[in-house]
Amino acid sequence: MRIGASVLAVMVIVALAAPWLGTVDPSLFDAGSRDLLPGKSGEILTLEGETLQHTFVMGSDSFGRDIYSRVIYGTRVSLVVGIATALLALAIGIVCGLGAGYLRWLDGILMRFMDGIMAIPAILIAIALVALWRGSLVTVIIAIAIPEIPRVTRLVRSLVLTIREEPYVEAAIALGTPTWKILFGHILPNCVAPLIVQGTFTCAFAILVEAVLSFLGVGLPPDIPTWGNIMSEGRAQFVSFPHNVFFPGIFLAVTVLAVNILGDGLRDTLDPKMAKRV
Amino acid sequence: MNVLEVKDLSIALPAGGDRAHAVSKVSFNVGRGEIVCLVGESGSGKSVIAQGVMGLLPRTLPVAGGTISLLDEDITRARESRLRQLRTTRMSMIFQEPMTALNPVMTCGAQIDEVLKFHTEFSSIERKRKILEIIREVALPDPERIVASYPHQLSGGQRQRIMIAMALVLEPALLIADEPTTALDVTTQAQILKLIAQLQAKHGTGVLFITHDFGVVAEIAHRVAVLRLGELVELGVRDEVLKRPQHEYTRMLIGSVPALAPKSRPVALAGKADAPLVLETLKLCKTYSERGWFGAGRTVRAAEDVSLEIRRGQTLGIVGESGSGKSTVARCIVRLVDPSSGDIRLAGKEIARMRAGELRPLRRKVQIVFQDPYRSLNPRRTVGDAIIEGPLNYGVTRGDALSRARSLLKLVRMDDTALARYPHQFSGGQRQRICIARALAMEPELLIADEAVSALDVSVQAQVLELLEEIRARLDLAMLFITHDLRVAAQVCDQVAVMSQGRVVEYGPARDIFARPQHEYTRALFEAAPGRGFAFGS
Repeated sequence: MRIGASVLAVMVIVALAAPWLGTVDPSLFDAGSRDLLPGKSGEILTLEGETLQHTFVMGSDSFGRDIYSRVIYGTRVSLVVGIATALLALAIGIVCGLGAGYLRWLDGILMRFMDGIMAIPAILIAIALVALWRGSLVTVIIAIAIPEIPRVTRLVRSLVLTIREEPYVEAAIALGTPTWKILFGHILPNCVAPLIVQGTFTCAFAILVEAVLSFLGVGLPPDIPTWGNIMSEGRAQFVSFPHNVFFPGIFLAVTVLAVNILGDGLRDTLDPKMAKRV
Repeated sequence: MNVLEVKDLSIALPAGGDRAHAVSKVSFNVGRGEIVCLVGESGSGKSVIAQGVMGLLPRTLPVAGGTISLLDEDITRARESRLRQLRTTRMSMIFQEPMTALNPVMTCGAQIDEVLKFHTEFSSIERKRKILEIIREVALPDPERIVASYPHQLSGGQRQRIMIAMALVLEPALLIADEPTTALDVTTQAQILKLIAQLQAKHGTGVLFITHDFGVVAEIAHRVAVLRLGELVELGVRDEVLKRPQHEYTRMLIGSVPALAPKSRPVALAGKADAPLVLETLKLCKTYSERGWFGAGRTVRAAEDVSLEIRRGQTLGIVGESGSGKSTVARCIVRLVDPSSGDIRLAGKEIARMRAGELRPLRRKVQIVFQDPYRSLNPRRTVGDAIIEGPLNYGVTRGDALSRARSLLKLVRMDDTALARYPHQFSGGQRQRICIARALAMEPELLIADEAVSALDVSVQAQVLELLEEIRARLDLAMLFITHDLRVAAQVCDQVAVMSQGRVVEYGPARDIFARPQHEYTRALFEAAPGRGFAFGS
């Protein structure tokens, strides 16, 4: 878990400190510096028309853009998409799950609707929604969050169904506590641990799906540097210039792995039953 | 000859525990054909000793010294492969909860067969014959059907018989029984105790019987070993220990066992017949129906035509075995479940069909304390927040509620530093006091105690019972006391209703019912009460 958390912390720092890590503006290109191999020096033209001398640590792509800068700036997009999607899916899923688990009349309708969403492949929904709304950061986040909502809802509902039978909830009913207070004051706080774990997995999944959408060309516009866009752009020349795909791919894999390791670790520490098994 | 000899046994606890050893320097033995009872409260180390004898200690609890000899072979030094050979051939164990000790996806026959396959060279026909023989021996009806049944198709008592059959099929020299009847109803418990005694007498098995219940000790033990916090404080012949306990702790434990005869209470305290009626149920029914996939499903009548009344200052006990419907009645009264038919009158008002909004002002008049102190308090809320939750719901200010919470904690004999702490920092008995304080914060007219002392150790149980009695008298409360334990009922109830299969079979003053039980079922309950021959608590 420590490894996952530290890798993730490094990623966050990288994303925040992107402009100071020896990068140039990721959208800059120079026709003279196309398809450079990693480590080569070359020139790059700024928006003001100046020509800068720049070392292309990870090489350049077929437009002459610096892949290193694009990958570093891409970290921002991936983390924002991952975290925002997880929060959005959790927020809506928690409300739906609490409702379905506690209010019997709502359960049937809501869960059949969720079953319907779960019957459609997640990526397909995301592609359809982005196609419908035009690709932007917000639409991509919403499109990835929607197919995740039923998973969170199911989890919360199953937790509510067991916790609502606990004597302390029955005692609260006898104390005249209103239903919303029981839901948010007694039941929700006791669901937090598994929800945090679910949140990390949603986050990892969202980062992957965002890359897939970009790679397929239905995610964010190609000029915005995302790992998926870089890989998509590099795909055509993969045989001669594999670094175009390699570097963003490594970043993607390491980040997703780190989030998943963190999630597994959190599950073990937050779940007292698992922790007791020495 | 000794079957089991435990000498100076010490078992270490992991660092950071409340003491260094789970068990320290314990010595006792079990002879052939002898039943030795290990008695103690929770945390006394009695189950750890059992695990040690079976070689089942977890790695975190290593044997720190001493020996455990089974037929002169030291178990503490035996390898795992040797232990596996010894288990069920020379020593066997039965557990408290037969449902979890049996594998739910294997038939009972197959589970006994597994033991025979592993330890013997019998052919399948011989094994089959042996299985049917042992099932007949534990007095299960229709052995062929039982062999083919899965554990969930049998009753709790039947499952425990299967466990006993499995444990004794290879005639081990030692049987360890770890609270084997604690999860069973009192009538079933009596039968299982009788069965264990019969079988061990017939085969000359040595039995190490672990229990917290002195009633059970009185029924079954030849000798008794009393444990306290991992130390053996007294060891002796049953009648000696029970009638003339030497150690102070043993005296305290035996003194805490409630007597089976009802306490005589002054009329002034016992609630006068003309005191105002607090609660009345009239032909209260609750049926649960399962919807079947095809056509009509099963219906269960959890409570049928239950008519009871409780007056101010009076305690009504509902006594019955599991599934008798006693908790259903309580839950209907608190309106945690909706009754199917019949009336519930709270201070003259009909509440059985009242809607949530109308019911809300009346909720505070009835409060309930549940059985399990570990699940009755929200683990993520401080004790203070738990106690003031109710008053805050009814518009009391936080400051007033907190100052009242402080005085209530004093009433239940706890320190008011408890307010800022979380439930996991308290013992079971303390949590139950907190639950009582939480209920009293609502200033109820009726307090329902649903098996409120059943999960507590006998000494703590005695304290909580005393507390409840004191509070009832001081606040002039009406109390509905639900219990499966006749001894507990005898201590606190003025009136008793005996329930069986959803119906009240006998209802009247406690004194009359305990002296002259009329109904067949009530008489059966009294017959089954363990340790009737000993005058405990006097």
